[in-house]
Amino acid sequence: MTWLVLAHFAVALCAAPLIRRSGPRGFVVLALPPAVACGWAVAQWGSVAVGGARTEAWSWIGPYGVDVAFRLDALALVMVLLAAGVGALVLLYCGSYFAGGTRRLGQFAGTLLGFAGAMLGLVLADDLITLYLFWELTTVLSFLLIGYDSEKRAGRRSALQALTVTTVGGLAMFVGFLMLGHAAGTYRISRIIEDPPAATNTVSAAVVLVLCGALAKSAIWPLSLWLPNAMAAPTPVSAYLHAAAMVKAGVYLVARLAPAFADVPAWRPLLLTLGTATMLLGGWRALRLNDLKLVLAYGTVSQLGFLIALAGAGTYNTALAAIAMILAHGLFKAPLFLVTGIVDRAAGTRDLRRLSGVGRALPWVAATAVVAGASMAALPPLLGFAAKEAAFAALLDGGTAERWVLALTTAGSALTTAYTLRFLWGAFARKPGVEDTRVRRAGPAFLAPPAVLAVGCAVFGPGVGWLTGLFERYAAQFPAPAHPYHLALWHGLGIALGLSVLAWAGGAALFAARRQVARIGRRIAWPTADEAFGRSVLGLERAALQVTGTVQKGSLPSYVVTLLAVMVSGLVAVLAADRPWQGAPAPRVWDSAWQAAAGALTCACALMCLVVQRRMKAAVLVGLTGYGTALLYVVHGAPDLALTQFGVETVSTVVLVLVLRRLPLFFGDARHRNRRAAGMVFAAVSGLVLAWVLWLAAAARQVTPAGPAMTEETEHHGLKDVVATILVDFRAWDTMGESAVLAAAVLGVASLLYVYPRQRPAGEAQQLPRGLTAWSLIGRRISPGGGYREAAPEGSWLAAGDTLAPEHRSVVFEVIARIVFHPILMLSVYLLLCAENLPGGGFVGGLVAGVGLMIRYLAGGRHELRAAIPVRSGFFVGLGLALSTTVALAGLASGTVLHAWTWHGHLPLIGDWHAGTAVIFDLGVYLLVVGVVLDMVRALGGEIDMQTEERARYQLARKGAP
Amino acid sequence: MTVSATLLTCAAVLWFVGGNLIITRSLTRVLMGIIVCGNGVNLFLLAASGPAGAPPLLYPGTSKSAMSDPLPQAIVLTAVVITLGTTAFVLAMAYRSTQLTGSDFVPDDLADHQVALRAQLTAERARLREEREREERPKERRDLRRELRRRIRDARAYQAREADASDDLWDDVLGADPPEEPQ
Repeated sequence: MTWLVLAHFAVALCAAPLIRRSGPRGFVVLALPPAVACGWAVAQWGSVAVGGARTEAWSWIGPYGVDVAFRLDALALVMVLLAAGVGALVLLYCGSYFAGGTRRLGQFAGTLLGFAGAMLGLVLADDLITLYLFWELTTVLSFLLIGYDSEKRAGRRSALQALTVTTVGGLAMFVGFLMLGHAAGTYRISRIIEDPPAATNTVSAAVVLVLCGALAKSAIWPLSLWLPNAMAAPTPVSAYLHAAAMVKAGVYLVARLAPAFADVPAWRPLLLTLGTATMLLGGWRALRLNDLKLVLAYGTVSQLGFLIALAGAGTYNTALAAIAMILAHGLFKAPLFLVTGIVDRAAGTRDLRRLSGVGRALPWVAATAVVAGASMAALPPLLGFAAKEAAFAALLDGGTAERWVLALTTAGSALTTAYTLRFLWGAFARKPGVEDTRVRRAGPAFLAPPAVLAVGCAVFGPGVGWLTGLFERYAAQFPAPAHPYHLALWHGLGIALGLSVLAWAGGAALFAARRQVARIGRRIAWPTADEAFGRSVLGLERAALQVTGTVQKGSLPSYVVTLLAVMVSGLVAVLAADRPWQGAPAPRVWDSAWQAAAGALTCACALMCLVVQRRMKAAVLVGLTGYGTALLYVVHGAPDLALTQFGVETVSTVVLVLVLRRLPLFFGDARHRNRRAAGMVFAAVSGLVLAWVLWLAAAARQVTPAGPAMTEETEHHGLKDVVATILVDFRAWDTMGESAVLAAAVLGVASLLYVYPRQRPAGEAQQLPRGLTAWSLIGRRISPGGGYREAAPEGSWLAAGDTLAPEHRSVVFEVIARIVFHPILMLSVYLLLCAENLPGGGFVGGLVAGVGLMIRYLAGGRHELRAAIPVRSGFFVGLGLALSTTVALAGLASGTVLHAWTWHGHLPLIGDWHAGTAVIFDLGVYLLVVGVVLDMVRALGGEIDMQTEERARYQLARKGAP
Repeated sequence: MTVSATLLTCAAVLWFVGGNLIITRSLTRVLMGIIVCGNGVNLFLLAASGPAGAPPLLYPGTSKSAMSDPLPQAIVLTAVVITLGTTAFVLAMAYRSTQLTGSDFVPDDLADHQVALRAQLTAERARLREEREREERPKERRDLRRELRRRIRDARAYQAREADASDDLWDDVLGADPPEEPQ
């Protein structure tokens, strides 16, 4: 079974190239999978009819007991015959229906075949979750099929409507499935049916939810609006999805669950009421429509109501009638749709007011339609008659509710007869006062699929006995009554036959009075559900707009405040609910007096940030706050952390200052006093809440911290610096991710800074005066003979000599920078290599090397920086990332990512040595950090210099200087 | 486990200052807020990690029980380095913003403004529709009400005829089709 379902999808994937190459003829190949499925089902007939069931199952989500399970029993077999048989015929029909060169035909063909596969999976599924999966798959694929003509609004609208209605129902159904599966302890449908859970309130609610999905799928009032609108789809789609297959899914589900849940209190009232109401409303509506397809569509709605009522009644006899009616309905409704498509293609219209005399021009088409229509009107000796007789007889046997249903069903059957006559008359009759429609011929290949189905209607009427074994196998799931009904074409004269005659007579009368009926129908027409749906969609959109407009004001500060407020209020809510402060030990005053001193210093610097208005001052104060924090780390006993903090703070302060050169001197964003005060209060409250939470969180710690275990492990490996070991070994994944984040941030910086127009005016650029640097006063003329050169100079020891204006140079600084550069680099390498024994590591080492580079830049400008390190920063970043990633991946050789190897040894002169791959990993981090700092200095220092100089040159050129 | 009040106060003060800086419109100030806030949060983490102690360096003669917890330190170290990347990125943004607009202010987002405006517009349209409907109330009540009934009946019949529902409602929901081009 699984391979059958999969084969559908596999062939569907190949549909597009196939159709592109061979045109509509390719549909013949696409019809193969459903045809094979149909043949397979016929082959299983014998074993299933005597009670055997084929089962296949694969475990899917083990812990929840969810399987991919398929099961073929009597009901599934009938549905497979319908879905696959009609599917194969419809695909064959497509080959004639579509002209060559139709747009997106391949995609359409693939979707249709995929749909057939999903339908097959749906009716075979024996697991609630698998069933839901295929159920939603049919929804999505039908959305694509209805919206085939997506340029037209009607198509988009209908597709959206069908999707919305069926998906909402489907979601309700999913919840119902979960509740049902939980209550029953298994998701296997066959097991649930065998041993249904007791009818508690939960089960009742679950059943109602499941029925919501079934009713939405089967277009039962009040959810029937989508089905007539879905007629925007091409006719083969209507014939397959909206007559034979998809809309039957709801009926199928009801029929499938009825043996277990028909006695749940809500089941019968819901299904019988809505089913009969739908039957009457749909039939009445069909009597006043002029589009042949819409007549059939409302007819389908009506019939679905009947089917749901029958399947939901839940007795042996009704079940027998229901399964016969399901097959009969598929066999007569699909050919009627297909015939409509032929008429539409042949005459160019589906409007029954404009069609006339088509029956004479297309006699075989008309004959097919008459046979199928007669089956729909339940005339003997067709299958429809046998099924309806069974339904009448079964309902006659029931109690009061069934009698009511019987009365209404008889009225509904009269409507059915009336709209059948309306359809046949409208499509084929010659009408007075209307010219005969000019008709193109329809080939035998076009007619064959509906004709085969119509023949089925005719053959299975007298031959209904062949089906009895299968049908009774399904009905046997219900308790057998004293006098079980037997399907047969002729039961003799009785009440059931009398009711049928009543229905034919009533239908004929309604048809004879069709003008009056249509007028009355229009007079009392209530605004449709369609309008209600549209209004609710519009209302939803408006509400969404209102909410979005209120919440999303577009102001960054208010967003930040909202975020923080949500966090703080969440914390406060939890605190208020839990009251965890009872018994929490009071905080100690300090760890040492040094801590208090460093803390006071830090707080003072931070508070001063609030009052300063100059950017530079603020930058320096922020830097000092960072150093203060580093001091606190030292006091706490975290030298690695403090070192890193010192490095980071230095780099970021310098970079901050470099950028602030180009920004206005003052912040100048004075806020209103109230706003400022509100911000203060808000920040203070959130800070206090956080501190409070932290105190409580620390007080609540009971488990031993994980840190000492890592200390033990470090000692076991013979290393000394625990933090560095954690970084490059125990938690190296963190470090990897962090390196990637740094690289990404630096890429972002580069993309923001190195922005040039695509083409520069070449002539203009050449006229710009040379010899200005960012450090020169703008507009100051510099004599061209002064020896300034643009390119990085060669030969002289100090590169700045050629590029910096003399009044901005500090030769002492330049020389010192040169002298200390190499010792700083040595120090950084030392910090890197000794990481496992001394405070240090890749991060710290890289930062120190970066500081060295920064000093070179500050002393001598960007050319000095280039002289110091003539490689692009991207090289370091890439090399670093590549190194650490390689080490990480190499660890896979022993089974885990980031596995570290170590070697120990002894060398004669040096002594004991110890090496590990962690050092290479750390080297990668080191290179990355060097690259990052270098890039920051290049972009935020050198590049800004360049841009400033460029602007200065433009200004000079505009002033007319040479 | 107790916490050090000094460390906690210090963290809260840094958070307070940072929070104040973050809720402004100047991007450099926001950046400084992020840095200060980051330091504050790191201190929070450290405060919750246990008492101060000896550095976690396993030299001979050090006692492991007196050491500070190394794991939070490694985590904070990661955070510190990430702050460096954030700083660089936001700075570049501030610079670029200055280059383009002359200041590093973050103005209100235009797209968000448009959403808010659209909400107002829809509300206004609904109000106007209602008002117009109210104005159509008759002075000569009986006659006009009869007329209205007739119109409603006609409208219903019209809707029943118009099976393809090409009414205005769906123009509002999905937008109208473009007019077909004359051949």
